[in-house]
Amino acid sequence: MDESALATTSLRETLVSRATNESSQVKQFEKGTSLWADAWIRLKKNKMAIASLYVLLALITLCVLTPWISPYGYEEQNLNLGAIPPSIAHWFGTDVFGRDLLTRVLYGGRVSLTVGFIATSVALFIGVLWGTISGYLGGRIDIVMMRIVDILYALPFIIFIILLMVVFGRSMLLLFMAIGAVEWLTMARIVRGQVLGIRRQEYIEAALSMGLSTPTILRRHVIPNTLGPVIVYATLTIPQVMLLEAFLSFLGLGIQPPQSSWGLLISYGAETMEDYPWMLIFPGLALSITLFSLNFLGDGLRDALDPKASKD
Amino acid sequence: MWRFIWIRLLQAIPVIFVVITATFFLIRKAPGGPFDAEKPVIPSVKRALEAKYNLDQSMWEQYVSYIAGLFRGDMGPSFKYPGWQVEDLIASGLPITAELGFYALLVALAVGVIAGVIAALKPNTAQDYIPMSLAMIGICMPTFMLGPLLVLLFGIHLEWLPISGWGDLPGDKILPSITLGAAYAAYVARLSRGGMLEIMSQDYIRTARAKGLPERVVVIKHAMRGGLIPVVTFLGPAFAGLLAGSFVVETIFQIPGLGRFYVQAAFNRDYTMILGTTIFLSVLIVMFNLLSDMLAMWMNPRLRQQVSGKR
Repeated sequence: MDESALATTSLRETLVSRATNESSQVKQFEKGTSLWADAWIRLKKNKMAIASLYVLLALITLCVLTPWISPYGYEEQNLNLGAIPPSIAHWFGTDVFGRDLLTRVLYGGRVSLTVGFIATSVALFIGVLWGTISGYLGGRIDIVMMRIVDILYALPFIIFIILLMVVFGRSMLLLFMAIGAVEWLTMARIVRGQVLGIRRQEYIEAALSMGLSTPTILRRHVIPNTLGPVIVYATLTIPQVMLLEAFLSFLGLGIQPPQSSWGLLISYGAETMEDYPWMLIFPGLALSITLFSLNFLGDGLRDALDPKASKD
Repeated sequence: MWRFIWIRLLQAIPVIFVVITATFFLIRKAPGGPFDAEKPVIPSVKRALEAKYNLDQSMWEQYVSYIAGLFRGDMGPSFKYPGWQVEDLIASGLPITAELGFYALLVALAVGVIAGVIAALKPNTAQDYIPMSLAMIGICMPTFMLGPLLVLLFGIHLEWLPISGWGDLPGDKILPSITLGAAYAAYVARLSRGGMLEIMSQDYIRTARAKGLPERVVVIKHAMRGGLIPVVTFLGPAFAGLLAGSFVVETIFQIPGLGRFYVQAAFNRDYTMILGTTIFLSVLIVMFNLLSDMLAMWMNPRLRQQVSGKR
């Protein structure tokens, strides 16, 4: 609804006022912000989503600031102390080397969150590009490009990621690329579906009649209008990616020590949980709360940005 | 219908072929040969070993002979378990993993469908919110987190259930099955709630009620068949997920299944074993996707008509 309204206004403005290319862009952008403002109002009504947003912001801030605010170092050992349960000095307790667990959880969070965001960005980039080109050009190119996606979809990717980690060694960069390379498929499908609808809008026709080149049309008119569903899906991809990273690290195939991530901390915790249950509980809690918040925020964003999409 | 099955089967062949080829050449690219173990092997012994495992031939010869072997059901010897053929190792682990997966799926379907249907019958009431909040927790609680927690609670503190093994002690199959099934129960609950909500507002449900059928019959006989189609479509991807989950669950509970073999092979760089298991699991996953698609079509007459109506 919003899109077609936006389209007709933009067309009228372009044709009637014979505005230059640039000023019509500015007008469209103004309309665009009102769409976002509208979504923000809808999102604010969703208490769970807003609470999740604040939890996430707080968590990210803490993780980013850890090196400066934590009284303990990440590798700072205190062998005399050993593993002690949570106390006033060590809120989350310590591990067998006397390292402060809260500090380690926050450092692990830096890695887990980074993997989540970067791998999702990789997926976002490939998926949006692929889906836009496929949907906009259509015809035979579309068929071929979507067939490729179908074939890749049928491949068992979990197994392939494990294989890649085995063959090329466990590096962060590879982890980003491998996970990103898996997650772009759904993104490409979603974007293509959006673009198929946008392609038929009058404002695209107007842009074409003004002689804009295809890359310009894609960049300035098509991609910005796919952003709603893309943001929603990206929010829901981040927890999946983080889960995948934790899964690999738990099996010992992901992040390698001395680096740490929530998956790796959970894996250590699981080994020693009989004697030191806090070492399992706190990293697990951190991961679960983050996944919970991201999922709720994603659901909330979907309701706010894309009211037509049904829940589930 | 048959045409559709044939087309899908034919499409599966190139996919499987791509998997075999890609895996084969990737593994050959891996650094470190299988005999670069802790102790260096005497050169003459190494040559003899390489000749035995065909490693002295060119890459293409190895590839061709491997493919030829596959057709005979021969996946080559394991590098790390001397005297074992890869296909024998797979055959020994498969029944255990299959049993674990089957129980987990039962847990997921039984708990998930019941919770989802109950929630859909009274949307936006406590009857809806409570099971759905639990489902959300289930989705956000990864298998490798839930497993250790269950072990801690039921195995170590309460001492109700054994904490490892498979078929050695009574009740040792309960915790692994629940651990593996829990996340899928949550997904199934969400999917069946969504599907049921949509179906319950359809005209034919109103017709069924107007005929004076009891609500129980309306829900079970009329609504569930259509409402559970999303669940059936989900079964294919869920199968791949269950396999991945079995890697974790079998590691936590020390179950000698296929998943544990695979993870250990990945660790030990047992190349023939990785190659064999990857191919085997991939074919399994492709087949299950096909099966769940066909099941969904059988349940949804409209989809069936659409497919057979084409040409």
